[in-house]
Amino acid sequence: MTAHDPALPPRPNAAPTIYAYDEYDRAFVRERVAEFRGQVERRLAGALSEDEFRPFRLMNGLYLQLHAYMLRVAIPYGALNSRQMRQLAYIADRWDKGYGHFTTRQNLQYNWPKLVDVPDILEALADVDMHAIQTSGNCIRNVTADHFAGVAADEIEDPRPTAEFLRQWSSAHAEFSFLPRKFKIAVSGAEHDRAAIKIHDIGLRIVTNAAGETGYEVIVGGGLGRSPFVGKVLREFLPRAELLAFLEAVLRVYNRFGRRDNKYKARIKILVHETGLDEIRSQVEAEFAAMDRAPFAYDAQEFARVAASFAPPPYEALPARSEALDKAKTENAEFAAFVAVNVAPHKTPGYAIVTVSLKPIGGIPGDATAAQMRALADAADTYGFGELRVSHEQNIILPHVKQDDLFALWRDLEAAALSTANAGLITDIISCPGLDYCSLATARSIPIAQAISERFADLERQRLIGKLGIKISGCINACGHHHIGAIGILGLEKKGVESYQITLGGDPTLSAAIGELLGPGVSAEEVPEVIESLVQFYLAERRDGEAFIDTWRRLGHKRFKESARREGEDGSGI
Amino acid sequence: MALVSDGAFVRDEWRRLADEESLPGSGKVIVSLGRLPAALDDARLGAVGVYVANTTDPKALAPFFGRLALIDIAFPAFTDGRGFSLARLLRREGFSGELRASGKLTPDQYLHAIGGGFDRIEIPDELAAHHGEANWAKARDARSLSYQRGIPGGASILERRRKGVA
Amino acid sequence: MTRPTGPQVLIASDLAEGDVVFLGAEGWERDLLRAKIAYDAAEAAALDAAGKADVAANRVVDAYLVDVEVSAAGAPTPLHFREKFRAAGPSVRRDLGKQAWLQGAGDSR
Repeated sequence: MTAHDPALPPRPNAAPTIYAYDEYDRAFVRERVAEFRGQVERRLAGALSEDEFRPFRLMNGLYLQLHAYMLRVAIPYGALNSRQMRQLAYIADRWDKGYGHFTTRQNLQYNWPKLVDVPDILEALADVDMHAIQTSGNCIRNVTADHFAGVAADEIEDPRPTAEFLRQWSSAHAEFSFLPRKFKIAVSGAEHDRAAIKIHDIGLRIVTNAAGETGYEVIVGGGLGRSPFVGKVLREFLPRAELLAFLEAVLRVYNRFGRRDNKYKARIKILVHETGLDEIRSQVEAEFAAMDRAPFAYDAQEFARVAASFAPPPYEALPARSEALDKAKTENAEFAAFVAVNVAPHKTPGYAIVTVSLKPIGGIPGDATAAQMRALADAADTYGFGELRVSHEQNIILPHVKQDDLFALWRDLEAAALSTANAGLITDIISCPGLDYCSLATARSIPIAQAISERFADLERQRLIGKLGIKISGCINACGHHHIGAIGILGLEKKGVESYQITLGGDPTLSAAIGELLGPGVSAEEVPEVIESLVQFYLAERRDGEAFIDTWRRLGHKRFKESARREGEDGSGI
Repeated sequence: MALVSDGAFVRDEWRRLADEESLPGSGKVIVSLGRLPAALDDARLGAVGVYVANTTDPKALAPFFGRLALIDIAFPAFTDGRGFSLARLLRREGFSGELRASGKLTPDQYLHAIGGGFDRIEIPDELAAHHGEANWAKARDARSLSYQRGIPGGASILERRRKGVA
Repeated sequence: MTRPTGPQVLIASDLAEGDVVFLGAEGWERDLLRAKIAYDAAEAAALDAAGKADVAANRVVDAYLVDVEVSAAGAPTPLHFREKFRAAGPSVRRDLGKQAWLQGAGDSR
């Protein structure tokens, strides 16, 4: 009955480093697969119309796009093990066209599944404790978290147990499956926010209060799309034990009072904006006070069970500095560049966090072939306790690699065309699939990313430019997060032709900001030129090695606009 | 309208009255909120229920709970989930009578309704014919496991973990 | 489209497979060149009605009329770039979709 890769290795005996499903989690997913199989059969037989089927199709992650259906697989808070990654590769080969796309919400998309095959695909996912539940639809979506969870040097507390509790609480919630619109939650547990919590419907920041208790700062009403908003603080400190009850109160207020008359005004950010934060806060607190808290009673045993899944792997006791690494760096300049750009400090001495870039020069951002997925699984097994993460920047993280092993890893990545040393640099572009795939899009985004990538291919120049986040969306829905790119690009249509608006100054971190428009839209051909002129202006004006965003903040948007206009005086459209 | 109860179509003992229809001399009637006080005071009636919009304030109904046997919550579109919250709040306010969801709900929403505290679902006849009783029965059994606690219809996954019940 | 100003074809998505289909003279076609072209309002209305019937019959989803220009050889090309992409496939993966199939590579989706 179940379909899987015959070569799939058995579950490892070692302690898991991602959440370990128990029999109930597994039974839950199997029930859901069986339910959806029945729904697909009824749809194909005509017992369900498309209108009746659509909300349930979406709640199982299945879209109908320009060329085919698209299945969005949930990767809870971006965490994967190697067995799961191999199964994703198997599914790509067997039911799709040999590749997948990693998304800005840490999920994976298959672009070519057939409706008739989707129940079997879901079964194959269930075989490795995966699913596509609630990756679309007007319900609570995949809870995302810091992709450096558990290993970052600046971590306060691992956000993954929190994210896992939220995942379970939000799965098939009877009351909150027909919300006014989608609902996205993100969790950060470090000093630096790598989860973009301020542009989520709810953003949670793990904090400790004066008494030393751990809890959450709750941020509400962030979001991008047609009307971007930075989230506002709903509650400065929420004790850990009250998290699920409090979110239940938030969702109940949203479900009751979120707008349902206009799809573009239906998110909680609009409710907060139109009602006022103080009023929303008092409604939430009133609901929270009136609730029966018993069903949400903090269960220490359950928390311990979940947290145990995320216990650190059996690290070796290593010196903080690896001589082997130092040596390899002096001997190989390309490798040294990779280490300088794609490797981040780990909280455990002798280890490192590796970002595997899925942004090869001129390639499609976030795409990976089945062969590359297998190579990543192998790399995780050989060098990293079998664990991987997907970042919302559409890259793959190997969170525990010995510094001693970095050179060998890099060699393996090179062989799989996965060694592009551009993490966080100008060619590490975030891009939605755009009009090449997506039925919501107004313009293509991928070719713009490719053209910019090729223009700035030179790695030395990229390192000279430094950290610069370019984010591209193919429509106003902003799945490419262009609003929070230091340079953001939005693809629209003008007079029957694709046209691109450029924004500057977006920031996804705790100093979150929405980008400001540079000028009227430009053609696809002009985009790389505009980026070039912005970069040149930045390089000429920057002080003390400040990043692009900091120069923009210091000089102001007007100076950048003027610089771009001068470049445009030859008649280009800025 | 057809009435779904425990996965089967059942005969409806209640009669929904439009505002222009006068109260009958006997029987169980469901009236609009505006007529509710008069209906409750009518000693001839066997039982009284009320039909309400899904935006109704539960506190507006609470004073009537002692004498109100049924509340029917309208679902203007099956994608409009406000009724699920309203049902939850009515139960919390202390309503223990029959809760109905009425509208073009599909069988796939059966468990959402039961989870919210609804007892029965009222659907248009053509929809009942289209989906059929078998699909409602099947939908009732589609999922036996719920992560959320405090949901009518069986132990939550956490409760089962505690007890070791499969 | 309520008032077509030029030639049109009917496009939809196949329910079971999800790929793009065009209404032809004898059913749904995967190749745009085999689409039936409506040259006036009456013909467009007929196409539209046939599309709606097949949506109701659960064969296709999202059927709608598309403005095309017709070459001297009678080949339709969508006027808007969105439907040009739908008729061809992703511009960034020329090895996939209809564009590849029409070259003899890959399946018809």
